[in-house]
Amino acid sequence: MNLNTAAAELENDPETAAGKTVYVYEGPVRLWHWINALCIVVLSVTGYLIGSPLPSVSGEASANFLMGYIRFAHFAAAYIFAIGFMVRIYWAIVGNHHARQLFMLPITDPKWWAGIVREIRWYLFLEKQPYKYVGHNPLAHLFMFLFVTVAAVLMIFTGFALYSEGAGLGSWQDRLFGWVIPMLGGSQATHSWHHLGMWGIVTFVILHVYAAVREDIMSRQTMISTMISGQRTFRE
Amino acid sequence: MTETFYDVLRRQGISRRSFLKFCSLTATSLGLDSSYAAEIAKAMETKPRTPVIWLEGLECTCCSESFIRSAHPLTKDVVLSMMSLDYHVTLMAAAGHQAEKQLEEIKKKYKGNYILAVEGNPPLNEDGMFCIEGGRPFVEILKETAADAKAVIAWGACASYGCVQAAKPNPTRATPIDKVISGKPIVKVPGCPPIAEVMTGVVTYMLTFDRIPELDRQGRPKMFYGQRIHDKCYRRPHFDAGQFVEQWDDENARKGYCLYKMGCKGPTTYNACSTVRWNDGVSFPIQSGHGCIGCSEEGFWDKGSFYDRVTDIKQFGVESNADKVGGTAAAVAGAAVAVHAAASALKKAKKSDNDKVTGGN
Repeated sequence: MNLNTAAAELENDPETAAGKTVYVYEGPVRLWHWINALCIVVLSVTGYLIGSPLPSVSGEASANFLMGYIRFAHFAAAYIFAIGFMVRIYWAIVGNHHARQLFMLPITDPKWWAGIVREIRWYLFLEKQPYKYVGHNPLAHLFMFLFVTVAAVLMIFTGFALYSEGAGLGSWQDRLFGWVIPMLGGSQATHSWHHLGMWGIVTFVILHVYAAVREDIMSRQTMISTMISGQRTFRE
Repeated sequence: MTETFYDVLRRQGISRRSFLKFCSLTATSLGLDSSYAAEIAKAMETKPRTPVIWLEGLECTCCSESFIRSAHPLTKDVVLSMMSLDYHVTLMAAAGHQAEKQLEEIKKKYKGNYILAVEGNPPLNEDGMFCIEGGRPFVEILKETAADAKAVIAWGACASYGCVQAAKPNPTRATPIDKVISGKPIVKVPGCPPIAEVMTGVVTYMLTFDRIPELDRQGRPKMFYGQRIHDKCYRRPHFDAGQFVEQWDDENARKGYCLYKMGCKGPTTYNACSTVRWNDGVSFPIQSGHGCIGCSEEGFWDKGSFYDRVTDIKQFGVESNADKVGGTAAAVAGAAVAVHAAASALKKAKKSDNDKVTGGN
């Protein structure tokens, strides 16, 4: 299949005809999205403050517990993030096929690659219209796979490995994730990867929020309301 | 009849009373309960003395210097006489051919029954010519001696991880000993140097119990390297409270606040400094007001400044680290979004103008 026939096929998909509404994101997916978003905000802010703490507080050490509370918030949000991710994996198995999109890339599908090229051209103002997609567009799909799925795995593994340093040798965190530390070349290197992962996710969030708002306005399909109601409506 | 440890100690003029004191002290320092004192005593009275061969490759002798300063005089006397450092180029009386002959004799007589302690590491470039001992490359001596050893101890950051001579670009290809020796149990005792009491503790454990101590994933004895400096640091309450030294010599430094912001590597370094401390328990770097430099961690010379806790990323220029790279990426993304949004708004405006002109919607 060459790119032109792929393009024609995408353009004439009856499912995405103007005025049509499709149910895309099931309840658990939407709920996970917003819980996850909140976790990422809490984790990024507290994580940054753990790496670069606030100015020192005054008074006796026994009367203050600022870093302690920040770290507690980080660890609590991290548990919710990790458990949420596991529930999300479960839902990818039992949910509809859109729920599976986050976990696999159709790299052998020429239509998908054609879609990526088209989306890049659309963002470079070289196309008048983007294609319409029921799920994620291919470019978004690629980014979400890298910066949600892969990044979450990186953050969960490095995060629990670092947590195991405090939990101690023999703790379940140590037994499950402790091997990550020597593999990455020590505790400090593991911290560095954890920092890089955070910046990767922050950068993704900036682009993700912008793209969602922009496409909601400029492309031919709903975006933000789709992640609230689960319904996607197509326009001409 | 072969001598036992106890025989040797008595011959050295150590009283039974001192000997028993040593046994209980050792049990305590190894983190064992008091019943082990009797077990250690029994082992030392009945087991034949195990000789230790101490080899030195590319190194600075700081491990030996630390070792002979083992704080408690009792420990020092007992361990030094017990260890029977049959071969230690810095400490032994013999020299030249005499010394080399002694090494050959121990290897033959105690084949498969001696402990090999290695300070420093072998350079592998140019067939090992960067470190010659007794006319031969050190790497050959190391391999030969290890082949007939019961167990191997890797002293310090050099033998364990490579240390400064293995720092990039590592011109001599200095290599940690576990990459050269195979098929032998290796105990890594990293640090630059390791704490004296940690060294004697490891040796005592191996000699008295005739087995290597329990090791973690990186081959270090759990009893001394199971926790980070940070976990047992006496300044930890200031960390939890959020009280930091903001710059050297400020008021907070005088108050003894946490050195986290000054790049203290205590949170990423596994060692016993904050519990055992140095110089007979007098102090350790953080107690003296300077952060930990992480000398017992792998590749600590190549992880950037001693005053920064984030590793340098060389691929992005000399002075970059994860936070600088990531922060820049986020800022660039933000700026790109702003520009893109402006361009999009322009396009949208232009399109609706066109639509009005052509009468479309």
